[in-house]
Amino acid sequence: MLEAIGVGSVDDLLGAIPREARGAVMGVPEGLTEAEVTAHLAAIAAQDRPAGAGPFFLGGPVQRRYIPAAVPALALRGEFLTAYTPYQPEVSQGTLQAIWEFQSLGCELFGLDVANASMYEGGTALAEAAFMAVRATGRKKVVVARETFSQFRDTLRTYAKGPDLEILEVPTAELAQRAEGAACLVVQHPDAAGGLVDVRTIADAAHAAGALCVQVTEPHACAVLEPPGALGADLAVAEGQPLGIPMSFGGPYLGMLACREALVRHMPGRIVGRTEDTRGVRGFVNTLQTREQHIRREKATSNICTNEAIAAITAAVYLALLGPRGMRAAASRGAAQAHALAARLARIPGCAVAFDRPFLDRFPLRTPAGALYDALLADGIVVGLGLRDDPVLADALVLQCTELTTDQDIDAIAGALERAVAGAREPARA
Amino acid sequence: MTQPSVRTQVAPDTGARTETPALEPLLFELHREGRSGRHIRDEASDPVPPDFARQAPLGLPELSELQVVRHFTHLSQLNYAVDTGFYPLGSCTMKYNPKVNDRAASLPGFADLHPLQPDETIQGALRLMCELQEMLAGITGFAAVSLQPAAGAHAEFTAILMFKAYHHARGDTGRRRVIVPDSAHGTNPASAAMCGFDVTTVRSDARGNIDIAALEDTLGDDVVGLMLTNPNTLGLFEERVREVCAAVHKVGGLVYGDGANLNALMGLARPGDLGLDCVHINLHKTFSTPHGAGGPGAGPLCVKAPLEPYLPSPRVRRNDDGTFGRSLDHPDSVGRVRSFLGSFGVLVRAYTYMRSLGEEGLAEASRDAILAANYLLSRVRSTYQLAYERTCMHEFVLTAAKQKKQGASALDIAKALIDEGFHPPTVYFPLIVAEALMIEPTETEPKETLDAFADALLRIARRIETEPGTVRDAPLRAPLRRLDEVGAARRPVLRYRR
Repeated sequence: MLEAIGVGSVDDLLGAIPREARGAVMGVPEGLTEAEVTAHLAAIAAQDRPAGAGPFFLGGPVQRRYIPAAVPALALRGEFLTAYTPYQPEVSQGTLQAIWEFQSLGCELFGLDVANASMYEGGTALAEAAFMAVRATGRKKVVVARETFSQFRDTLRTYAKGPDLEILEVPTAELAQRAEGAACLVVQHPDAAGGLVDVRTIADAAHAAGALCVQVTEPHACAVLEPPGALGADLAVAEGQPLGIPMSFGGPYLGMLACREALVRHMPGRIVGRTEDTRGVRGFVNTLQTREQHIRREKATSNICTNEAIAAITAAVYLALLGPRGMRAAASRGAAQAHALAARLARIPGCAVAFDRPFLDRFPLRTPAGALYDALLADGIVVGLGLRDDPVLADALVLQCTELTTDQDIDAIAGALERAVAGAREPARA
Repeated sequence: MTQPSVRTQVAPDTGARTETPALEPLLFELHREGRSGRHIRDEASDPVPPDFARQAPLGLPELSELQVVRHFTHLSQLNYAVDTGFYPLGSCTMKYNPKVNDRAASLPGFADLHPLQPDETIQGALRLMCELQEMLAGITGFAAVSLQPAAGAHAEFTAILMFKAYHHARGDTGRRRVIVPDSAHGTNPASAAMCGFDVTTVRSDARGNIDIAALEDTLGDDVVGLMLTNPNTLGLFEERVREVCAAVHKVGGLVYGDGANLNALMGLARPGDLGLDCVHINLHKTFSTPHGAGGPGAGPLCVKAPLEPYLPSPRVRRNDDGTFGRSLDHPDSVGRVRSFLGSFGVLVRAYTYMRSLGEEGLAEASRDAILAANYLLSRVRSTYQLAYERTCMHEFVLTAAKQKKQGASALDIAKALIDEGFHPPTVYFPLIVAEALMIEPTETEPKETLDAFADALLRIARRIETEPGTVRDAPLRAPLRRLDEVGAARRPVLRYRR
């Protein structure tokens, strides 16, 4: 090969690199065989405690849910996994049709007209939704319900530093009164603590003030609750991880973003559209690309290029396997277990659901002694912490149930809480 | 690639045949009421308050598991992928992704971790992230690393936000412009614009480097910084990179490194030693994580010490007692750029790859990538014109201007390569090269693949000389012929409707 190139060694090809900058030591340990690296990674993984190791009530945007065996078997096929962005549609119809189906399934779930091919994850999807509202209204103020997932709000605040947007965080109950001059109202339903919210009133208030309504939601909740489109929301945002994607300590995940037809030209990211080839055979292509960075550069609706396509395909496979019946079963099962759990824990002295609102599959629990988080953890039970920034719920525990929550899990946390409450009231004698 | 048969659709409810021929029915067309798998037990009780309950039916298709398995298996077979063939898509580093990396990421100790679990239950995950940060710092020559960014473009946005915070912390609030070479990826100007800045484009010189005179002309105390890709998108090492960085620094600006092309530099030169202030790394490219049909990627950001205070928070750190933790006490941080700490599943794969190759293997990978690109170039350069007559790094850009005059464009050549059994290279990028063909073979392909691809390119060139019309009809052996993209955009059909 060197001879064909006409050089004596690879070093002869490196002449453009400044000599004094060459050959730096990187400090990477010596290479390992596959067997060795497998053992090494297994040893590191063994230092973690997987969620499935005991009763698990931690949730929120990321949820421990049952993943059917066929989901990874299909979505992680090499033909999907080792392709890239479908720049050449004639040899990418698998990706393109699967993504188009994902868009269609998401529209059904959210009750909206258009869904894009994916954003990085829920928090950045919220930020991009807010940017859409800013573009569509020409206003620079975004009003966000304080009961929105704190990680999503943090991400939105970071993004807002780019175009210097004003972010106003108010309790959900005050949201409808703060629409004046806003690009959008951001409401989460079910909210971070699990409470159900009257989105219609908030959407109406937004529209009356010329603002848009962005609803942050969850895929499974949308199977049993009235979806964002039916509630008057213009945009829906969700973390798609619960749709068959491993929790995997924070990612890669799936940002879901859907909107009404009128907003499609403001949409960020890839969108797949239906078309046909020169023979008239149906096919799919990336479309409306004049919104995108590779065409419009600094005038694009977003800088996103690489997205989360394999996660979108995974979600499409999951939704196809579960269908409407399976989605309802998973959502209802989590909700039923959450209500059973709430009823069971309310029998423990000093414990009660920490708000008086309806909830679905997650609720805040007031405990008499605080700091029970660690006591539960010592018993191998993982729960969620209360809501930062919330005067009432900051000291609560937030408990999430899904279809994987068993009656034994409920007995275990009830027993552990009873012991912890009793122990807190009668401290062990020194 | 075998050519799948085109099927005529059968309408789901009536059984009537419709007019739309297709490669594979839609999920929705396969629907039969009442069909479902049995994955989750139906719940008898319904705790949803009536005021909140869904009124409209949930319009997902009802399918058996076998139907779903066949559907997605058929779809996958319509794809071209690294696992099925040579994929020399320039700028994307489509190298082989070892399967052991995927298996590592699926270990329950990694895959079954919730991001909000307490530190004592995630020591392995945090350790892996710390070690990865340390290795990336060593490879790039920088002081500190954030693993948060989800992709290269996300890292660009993060870094320009950090530049803004850095300048503002100095009371320097008058800087409005980000400078971007005319060869840059489209994400660069888009990221700068998302941060509220104006973009100034600076031209390339006759050797494919940034035109330093033009750069110096536009530099001033209103410049936030420069976004620099090195090797650049022409596959060329920026020959005067140190002078470029020095010129930007002289006016108080910062230099951002787009690390899309780090696959040419491992063990050869570190961006931190070349004068840059930070660089992002596309783990999915250089560190061999599968590109996932468009994503996920991961775009760790490596920075010099003066920028460290502005890195995204929370951060992952080694505690003094040898344990690992997450820290939020970074008052100058730009904040979270995503909900959690990073695309962990991608990080595990990249870590596994790095530990497999080791110091020597990574350096060898870069040298082999450069060797492969120069060899492939040597096979075709007398037939296709090289955009800039220089030794390339890990990729090169040809112009099909000559072929265009003969009657076939870069797009036609791309489609003809499909019929030859290959994935086309990147076309029409960078924008400064007419009829661009951007070819990146990567180090994982054997010589016989490079030769077969070169032979195909030469065959196509001969066809263009004699009968260019046949190339304009390509592809004929793909699942579909050319698609009507104009029609798709003019009358968008973006979802299924009954």
